Amino acid sequence: MTSMTISEKILAKHAGQSSVRSDDLIEAGIDFALGNDITAPLAIEAFRKSGAERVFDRERVALIPDHFAPNKDIASAMQIRTLREFAREQQLVHFYEVGRMGVEHALLPEQGLVLPGDVVIGADSHTCTYGALGAFATGVGSTDLAAAMITGKIWFKVPASVKFIFRGQRRPWVGGKDLILHTIGQIGVDGARYKAMEFVGETIEALPMTDRFTMCNMAIEAGAKVGIIAPDAVTEEYVRARAKRPYEFYRSDEDAVYESVYDWDVSALEPMVALPHSPQNVKPVTALPQIRIDQVVVGSCTNGRLEDLRQAAAVLKGKKVAPQVRCLIIPATQWIYQQAMREGLFEIFLEAEAAVSTPTCGPCLGGHMGILAAGERAVATTNRNFVGRMGHVESEVYLSNPAVAAASAIAGRIAHPDEVQ
Amino acid sequence: MKIKGQAWKFGDDVDTDAIIPARYLNTTDPALLAAHCMEDADPSFAARAKPGDIIVAGRNFGCGSSREHAPIAIKGAGVGCVVAHSFARIFYRNAFNMGLPILECPEAAASIEAGDQVEVDLSRGSIVNHSRQQEYQAHSVPPFMRELLEAGGLMAYVGAQLRKPKGQPAK
Repeated sequence: MTSMTISEKILAKHAGQSSVRSDDLIEAGIDFALGNDITAPLAIEAFRKSGAERVFDRERVALIPDHFAPNKDIASAMQIRTLREFAREQQLVHFYEVGRMGVEHALLPEQGLVLPGDVVIGADSHTCTYGALGAFATGVGSTDLAAAMITGKIWFKVPASVKFIFRGQRRPWVGGKDLILHTIGQIGVDGARYKAMEFVGETIEALPMTDRFTMCNMAIEAGAKVGIIAPDAVTEEYVRARAKRPYEFYRSDEDAVYESVYDWDVSALEPMVALPHSPQNVKPVTALPQIRIDQVVVGSCTNGRLEDLRQAAAVLKGKKVAPQVRCLIIPATQWIYQQAMREGLFEIFLEAEAAVSTPTCGPCLGGHMGILAAGERAVATTNRNFVGRMGHVESEVYLSNPAVAAASAIAGRIAHPDEVQ
Repeated sequence: MKIKGQAWKFGDDVDTDAIIPARYLNTTDPALLAAHCMEDADPSFAARAKPGDIIVAGRNFGCGSSREHAPIAIKGAGVGCVVAHSFARIFYRNAFNMGLPILECPEAAASIEAGDQVEVDLSRGSIVNHSRQQEYQAHSVPPFMRELLEAGGLMAYVGAQLRKPKGQPAK
């Protein structure tokens, strides 16, 4: 038997082969495909042009209006209408209107639609999030999505795997966001270009699902094709109640081949911040000078889950947002929104004078609901801080975990959570 | 398949938000997207780029989002080819699927300067810098990929294949 990594095993299974190796070109069957209100209109246009009549499986294609939803303007409304009409025509089971929707990469795992052992493609670069479940999930363009919606298949070049071993117990206020920012800071934004990033070690084994999603979500920020974590009891606990169909756990063989291996002791790691204008400009929050801020965003497919909101609430409880700061809290899905409300988190946010929004990608990509003016700075729990990402070309975005974002909202400058307790 | 024009030089890690900011993604119209191409990196680019011009960039061109609007905007602006040290994975695939020629060539990316007159031959993989009398070699683009580019992208190529009489081999 050939030794394989978890990524290779999943791809081999879906290609109907006993084994695959890096650089092999394969055609793999997919378990699930998704598009959003930005990417799906182009995919639908390509679908039409091809002359295709039906999607390969109406239960395995999801269309999720989340980027500019609720409709931010007439043009966005027209794009979302395109999705809605296509979903009706094709009788897609998984189309989500405002009021039932969520940010795609938080929504699909929560609904049990993407599962361990799956091959998932999505016309959105953060599709790699589902690697946290032990799935091979990767972002593609709209044309590739169109072809996959028609055929249920996609061709891949099998990526080489890179292993990242994390050792040691995390310090307080250090989570998945800090581990992945540390990683990108070490290897750079093209440090894993075309690779499968595999996260292992005792720190990962002790990591809750939420933090695993955050880590795999940002694998694309290092250029990776996928970020993946072998499923275990934590995964099983998350998936068991949600799964709508059978799933399979894969693990890398002991002697699987890796292109390179990084081995880090993270027991001394501080909460990290990525400075403008690249996710690789990473520094410990304690090493930063006074950086005054205008806005805080807690949300997105990276850090908009229930546990993220709990972290922000733990810091904000009984405090007030600094007078010159706008603090936006955006639960990533309708379910998270409802849970947060039931737990009393909204009471804490509203007492602190933060604003709570319905789920949307909104400000993360400079779409709507919190755009920055020239010269303004935001601390955001999102994933990208490129030039102009959240608004004006002369605005700045600092990426952090939810606790640092909440502490910064109170302090009016980038702050460690301990500074405001 | 030859492309000739003036070089526009950009650095490493040019991201898709620089190529086409997300605030303009409420349309899929190539002309509307082209009007904002490279806006946050060089606001004058869209107005000044001429048909056949060539973007030359460093490492990891097209990193970030999966938006196909990025190669659509570049192609819509009239750019004939992008030459870079390397490309981000999703952009690489999207560029071919949209019919935008791209070549990986570290030597060309390092040597070509803004404003140089550059000629690219995709079938040979050669890049000639007429301003500096230099020639650089990239991997050639194989025939089926050139056919795909000439058709205008993957879907047009697939459509053309479907319309071919059965039994006739591809060119």
